[in-house]
Amino acid sequence: MSEVELHGEHQHPHLQHHFEDLGQQHVTVTLGMWAFLATEILFFGGFFFAYTLYRHAYPEAWTIGAHHNNITLGTINTAVLICSSLTMAMGVYFSQLGRRKPLVNSILATIFLGLVFVIIKGVEYAEHVREGFFPGVLFTYSGPEARHVELFMVFYFGMTALHALHMLVGFGILTWLVIRAQQGWYSAEYYGPVEVVGLYWHFVDIVWIFLFPLLYLINRHG
Amino acid sequence: MTTTTVHDNLIPPSERAEPGPSYLSDGHTVASWLLTKDHKRIAILYLVSITFMFMLGGFFAFMMRLELLTPQGDLLTSDTYNKFFTMHGLIMVFFFLIPSIPATLGNFLLPLMIGAKDLAFPRINLLSWYLYIIGAGFGLFVVLFGGVDTGWTFYTPFSTQYSNTWVIPITLAAFIVGFSSILTGLNFVVTTHKMRAPGMTWFRLPLFVWSMYATSLVMMLATPVLGITLMLLIIERTLRVGIFDPALGGDPILFQHMFWFYSHPAVYIMILPGMGVISEVIAAFSRKRIYGYRFVAFSSLAIAFLGFLVWAHHLLVAGISIYSAMIFSFLSFLVAIPSAVKVFNWTATLYRGSISLDTPMLYALGFLGFFLVGGLTGLFLAALGLDVHVHDTYFVIAHFHYIMVGGAVMAYFAGLHFWWPKISGRLYPEFWGRLAAMVTFVGFNLTFFPQFVLGYLGMPRRYHAYVPEFQVLNVMSTAGATVLGVGYALPLFYLLWSLKYGKIAGKNPWEAVGLEWETSSPPPTQNFTETPVVTWEAYQRNLPEVLIERG
Amino acid sequence: MNDFPLFPRQASTIAVDIDRIYIALVLLCGLTALAIVVTIIVLAFKYRRSAVGAYSPEVSAPFWLEYIWTTVPFFIFMGIFFWGAWVYFRAYRVPEDATDVYAVGKQWMWKFQHEGGQSEINDLHVPVGRPIRMIMASEDVIHSFFIPEFRIHRDVIPSRYSFVWFQATKAGKYHLFCSQYCGTDHSKMIGTVYAMEPEDYQNWLSGGVKGSATEEGEKLFQSLACITCHTGDSSGRGPVLAGLFGTTVMLSDGQRVKADENYLRESILNSTAKVVAGFQPIMPNFQGQVDEQKLIYLIAYIKAMKAPDLNPGAGQQTPTGRGSANPLVTVPKEPGQPGTNSAGGSMTTVPAASPPPATPARTSTASPGSPQE
Repeated sequence: MSEVELHGEHQHPHLQHHFEDLGQQHVTVTLGMWAFLATEILFFGGFFFAYTLYRHAYPEAWTIGAHHNNITLGTINTAVLICSSLTMAMGVYFSQLGRRKPLVNSILATIFLGLVFVIIKGVEYAEHVREGFFPGVLFTYSGPEARHVELFMVFYFGMTALHALHMLVGFGILTWLVIRAQQGWYSAEYYGPVEVVGLYWHFVDIVWIFLFPLLYLINRHG
Repeated sequence: MTTTTVHDNLIPPSERAEPGPSYLSDGHTVASWLLTKDHKRIAILYLVSITFMFMLGGFFAFMMRLELLTPQGDLLTSDTYNKFFTMHGLIMVFFFLIPSIPATLGNFLLPLMIGAKDLAFPRINLLSWYLYIIGAGFGLFVVLFGGVDTGWTFYTPFSTQYSNTWVIPITLAAFIVGFSSILTGLNFVVTTHKMRAPGMTWFRLPLFVWSMYATSLVMMLATPVLGITLMLLIIERTLRVGIFDPALGGDPILFQHMFWFYSHPAVYIMILPGMGVISEVIAAFSRKRIYGYRFVAFSSLAIAFLGFLVWAHHLLVAGISIYSAMIFSFLSFLVAIPSAVKVFNWTATLYRGSISLDTPMLYALGFLGFFLVGGLTGLFLAALGLDVHVHDTYFVIAHFHYIMVGGAVMAYFAGLHFWWPKISGRLYPEFWGRLAAMVTFVGFNLTFFPQFVLGYLGMPRRYHAYVPEFQVLNVMSTAGATVLGVGYALPLFYLLWSLKYGKIAGKNPWEAVGLEWETSSPPPTQNFTETPVVTWEAYQRNLPEVLIERG
Repeated sequence: MNDFPLFPRQASTIAVDIDRIYIALVLLCGLTALAIVVTIIVLAFKYRRSAVGAYSPEVSAPFWLEYIWTTVPFFIFMGIFFWGAWVYFRAYRVPEDATDVYAVGKQWMWKFQHEGGQSEINDLHVPVGRPIRMIMASEDVIHSFFIPEFRIHRDVIPSRYSFVWFQATKAGKYHLFCSQYCGTDHSKMIGTVYAMEPEDYQNWLSGGVKGSATEEGEKLFQSLACITCHTGDSSGRGPVLAGLFGTTVMLSDGQRVKADENYLRESILNSTAKVVAGFQPIMPNFQGQVDEQKLIYLIAYIKAMKAPDLNPGAGQQTPTGRGSANPLVTVPKEPGQPGTNSAGGSMTTVPAASPPPATPARTSTASPGSPQE
């Protein structure tokens, strides 16, 4: 295309036509991801806001709901996700060094740990549905505060499903990253995409770090 | 008439010929449009789509006005009327006003104005348009297959438990189009930060860019909350759980808080870009630097910030406490100050200017009039005691139409006429342009001014039939709407006509200042043949070329 | 001019205040707008471009001008703000001697219940010259109670009471609109308010038909078996209700709440929400069994339950007292006057705003599905 001629001399193959140089492209893409994460914070923020309000209104129901959750699986999942953040960080590190093989392996490990998380989450979901804790017609729990426990479960399923959806999107991006990494796209000169995907993955982790205490650990002390 | 000959004289003979290679001539296949990553072509895609939605929303508005000619409600059934005002609101807000200036003029001009080759993320820009189209698809499905009757505000529990219409598809439509607007905002913010040409410092930016930047921040940070609110609404409606339904333990007022946390800032998404356009047009047609440039620039940011803090003034009669009502009233008065500052600065810009009343300027002056009335009546609504009476009456309808239709749509037309030569490379017939501007101004006032009186008399909004003593004013309003409809339809004809028959515009027909006027009309795909280096202040007029043209 | 009015009639005490601020703002804003528009027109013609390529001199902005037109509007706006807030206070702060009228909004009609007497549909009779407090709830979606001639307006929300008050100043017929969109026949949810001279009103009221709200409430109190626990003395499993209304109640979690209409409502429908200190949560929930109308009867009855020896002569209260037609009613409006509503008859003392040791406890239940005991 004509822009290649315009830029002339040492045009990097991954420099997009509308940027002056790789440095500009890198900071632009990074800022874009940060801006995206800001919108994500508000997206989850709406959920957290409503959650907080109703937790204040129905504290007992929230305690009952949280105690119903499987804390063992929740804890395992937290650990799994933190490990996946570690492997992701290693991936970014290796991409900066331009080491293709360890980069690919790190990302594959990240995908694997993410899958473990999602599968455990699925097991938990199945358990809730079996026990009649899925809101709506499937909700059969009739203990104390049933209606408000149902509301808690709405938030539980809503927030964790939104989080899981982010994980699924993450798998897609990571897979794309693996393919590109295998083709040798990334180097010490050009590693922006890996770093940006890393930001996204860490964000998804952090959301879980907030969700876990809010949904599992209410009034567990004493 | 004189103006066109003037421009002809100014254009060097070399430029009078057919335009050279431009973004318009860069591919003629359907795919070259639908798969384009060029911000200018995407702007055109948006322009076509929102024009269609504007006509659809206008149709519903006109049917409503016809219905209100008589008090009995004998043209449409009440259910049909309820669907019509709902779809009028939804289409106009989500599918016309919010994308109107940002997605068309903003998309087209932002990179040109800052000297960039494109937006930071061209592919995401195209994705935004597709999201818009998917959302609009859901919207059209609802329109064609029975409509929705919740009002555009979706108040619960009516929307979740009582309405029997297509609530979920239309909320999905709003949800999806919300992502389109989030991504557009994100793209603009990053572009403004990172894509400016060398020498284009923040205080050399045209004011349109400042206002787009403020708008984009609001789009990015408010829209996600709407998304989550609509998602909760969908969950409640599908699962029949009590998030907002009081019968099941929810809180209907919570919905209103969350809805307006987005939808009040959304008003600023609609009007801030308009303010940016007006700054450009007034500067160009007064041939002056905007008076108090920094104040105008910062007032955009102030409006964007304060706009987030006033949402609960929509709930003043819903039963919030007296003290929170006072806080929100106070903040609502505060947000009026930066708007007032802008009006004063625009007026002062005219002082000792060299003013020509071309079509864009007429639209801009019309905007000033409407915005004044709309803004000042906003004070009525912010004054707590008075709001008790006029809340949810036609007073409110008139007020926000003065802002969103009088303000935002006038600014949109001002901008469209101002940059039409740049977009199309052609000049439209000036006489018809001026005529349309004046017809619109008259028609609009006739339509909406009587509604202030109606509102104070106590006619509630969303009434399909009304008590007979309100008829005279309603007839006036409907008569005005007819005139207004003509005013809005005219540009469609002469702008399309000008595409083929209009005079060649040349690169700077208005002798305006700004990077977008430094490149040819229509601009080449790359925007500039070489990256411009900016050495002058915004609207500074002693540029070498300009000096030459001055002769 | 009657065919083309610019203002609705002024028919309530607050209407004057609201019109005053409206007229002031119309003048202020009208003159401001006029001044700016004239300036724009004058400038646009005075400085219109005379010759091709004419350029204007650069006028550098004196900064003081910016500060003036930032601060001057601020102070003007603050003036309007305080004025508006003051009127808002007046519009929503209910006078102590107001007469209560209950309203239920439902798709698409208004039902009114006078505490001492009759009920009406879409018509509301009120006396001139006496403050009326509307206690309003919705049976379905959100409605809004709006009487333009009175300049009052309040949303009517399902599952909670909202309040508004007015005092009519002129006898006549006025429109009552629902101003919050509520579905198909929103625009037909219109009622008529008849403001009557006090004597006419008394006649109208006493011309009523069936039993008063309190009598109906008493019947319900029996038939719903409330009386088995709320026996009226300390032997009951539920707290004593007589004299409860308007006092401050100590809850089992240590919080204090005022026993107002919303509190009574919640305690009947969802008794687990606020359990009175010293009582077990054993009361069944009545959500779904008691509709808005019955709820009004019950609440009217509970409000009317009063120690009989406190003020036997209800008749003396007629002109201003609430629910004057009912001999039981002399309930003081506000708490904080312990003398008036403390103690009497079978009750132990109920001093307002002090932790009630044994008495005004209420009951509650835990599970909805277990109407135990």
